[in-house]
Amino acid sequence: MEKIKTIVAKEWAEVFKNRLVLFTVAFLPLILTALPLITLGAMRNVSGEFNEPPPEQFLGELCQGMSELVCTQVYMLNLFTLLFMILPVMIPVTIAAYSIVGEKTARSLEPLLATPITTVELLVAKAIAAVVPAIVATWIAYAIYLVGARLLVDDEVFRHLLDPLWLIAIFVVGPLLTLLAVNVALIVSSRVTDPRVAEQLSGVVILPLILLVVGQSVGLVLLNRQLILAIGAVVILLDAALLYLSVKTFQRETILTRWR
Amino acid sequence: MIKTENLTKKFNDIVAVDRLTLDIAQGEVFGFLGPNGAGKTTTVRLLTSLIAPTAGSASVLGYDVGRDDQNVRRNVGILTETPGMYERLSAWRNLTIFARLYEVIDVEGQVERYLRLLGLWQRRDDAVGTFSKGMRQKLAIARALLHEPRVLFLDEPTAGLDPEAAKLVRDFIAELKSEGRTIFLCTHNLDEADRLCDRIAVFNTRLRVVDTPAGLRRQLYGRQVVFHLAQTAEPFVNAINGLPYLKQVQAVDNKLIVALDDPETYNPELIRSLVAAEANIQFVGELRHSLEDVYLQLVG
Repeated sequence: MEKIKTIVAKEWAEVFKNRLVLFTVAFLPLILTALPLITLGAMRNVSGEFNEPPPEQFLGELCQGMSELVCTQVYMLNLFTLLFMILPVMIPVTIAAYSIVGEKTARSLEPLLATPITTVELLVAKAIAAVVPAIVATWIAYAIYLVGARLLVDDEVFRHLLDPLWLIAIFVVGPLLTLLAVNVALIVSSRVTDPRVAEQLSGVVILPLILLVVGQSVGLVLLNRQLILAIGAVVILLDAALLYLSVKTFQRETILTRWR
Repeated sequence: MIKTENLTKKFNDIVAVDRLTLDIAQGEVFGFLGPNGAGKTTTVRLLTSLIAPTAGSASVLGYDVGRDDQNVRRNVGILTETPGMYERLSAWRNLTIFARLYEVIDVEGQVERYLRLLGLWQRRDDAVGTFSKGMRQKLAIARALLHEPRVLFLDEPTAGLDPEAAKLVRDFIAELKSEGRTIFLCTHNLDEADRLCDRIAVFNTRLRVVDTPAGLRRQLYGRQVVFHLAQTAEPFVNAINGLPYLKQVQAVDNKLIVALDDPETYNPELIRSLVAAEANIQFVGELRHSLEDVYLQLVG
């Protein structure tokens, strides 16, 4: 445990001394919090009909007994809240993708692997170091979003934000997705020799979530409780499989000798 | 302390280390010489349990490489070819990280001890990225010693250092030797190997030879005595050529170079013969070939 704590502290010390990485960690939550709040603020001043109301197929499931304004606001909140599931996937990719390949480029991996740290300890530490800042940043951003939304929308609309569906999405599925992204990034990072390649490849994890956002905005899919729970279940299985895979694929020898 | 038996490492079809057999005693400074790509770093990685052997066996401090890897890593220190420090972190932070990973009990005490010992105490709070190459190397040596390993692997410890920094590192290695630590020293610096090592192995994928520096010279050149004369040496070759213990006599200008097995026994008689032949001897000394000559002869 002491070794895991040491590596986590080391990773954070390095990350937070790297302004570019720090900027990545802070910038996305700021933007993804500000944009929905600005949009909600703008919607307050709209009267009459919207140019683009929610897709027809959602009206029945989502908007029973609501006015068009309220329905549109709830629909927008649904979309925005989805962004807070993407956020914890985007933030850690930079940290995790850099974590092994960065050590390789700095030539610090060999002295590190020469210590009595086990592969599991090393990977768990690297994962924690990437997962925790992402989750904390997301939750802080979500809290700000909640406070802002409380001020900008009616009680009827705000109630939807406190729906257990979203609380599960943000506080359970979000961290599971973070772990997924980090595991993929660690596996990629262990196998490539360039931090940029690691980051680009790891970023692919975000694609399914972006498809979900697009799907919802064009009316193909509505994120409801069943879908969230299904995503959660699949991600748990993927997390377990990827954790196993990341330990198995972390070949000290290959990493040290393939690197030039 | 370090034993290998037919230790072999292959990367696909390429043999990096071929049937290496060594036995290094406690407190010995063992020089490992070889050209670039000879497999020296691979050997160090094998012996520090960073990579696994393809065949053969090795043990360090009684722990088997490939079986007791955690114990091997816990008990040896390694200075890698490049220092590989965390550039954004301070010297102090770098060392405390490794002290904790090596399970050092008095982390702060050990870190302070080695920072002071290597003259880095004043710069302890500075980011390593601001350090000179020599300072980084010293810091990497400190890192290798934090857990007080009895066996130390040093891969090119003075490579790229200026003469002053290189001397400081060499002096420090000599100090470690005096503490009774076993040191496995990979180096290209033949003078360094000559000065520091008890024994030297010349290695190029396979072990070519192992001996003391003096033994290596003897193996290749035998022992040679040089007589500096006040006159041309050529006329005196015949005067001593018949002596039964001489292997070879050679005259170069006013120097007479004589190869023989036991100069301590035969030199007095040799000197008497030369004086009797009216040679004016100015100096007598043993001809010492540089380790570079020996090395080039062996790997060339």
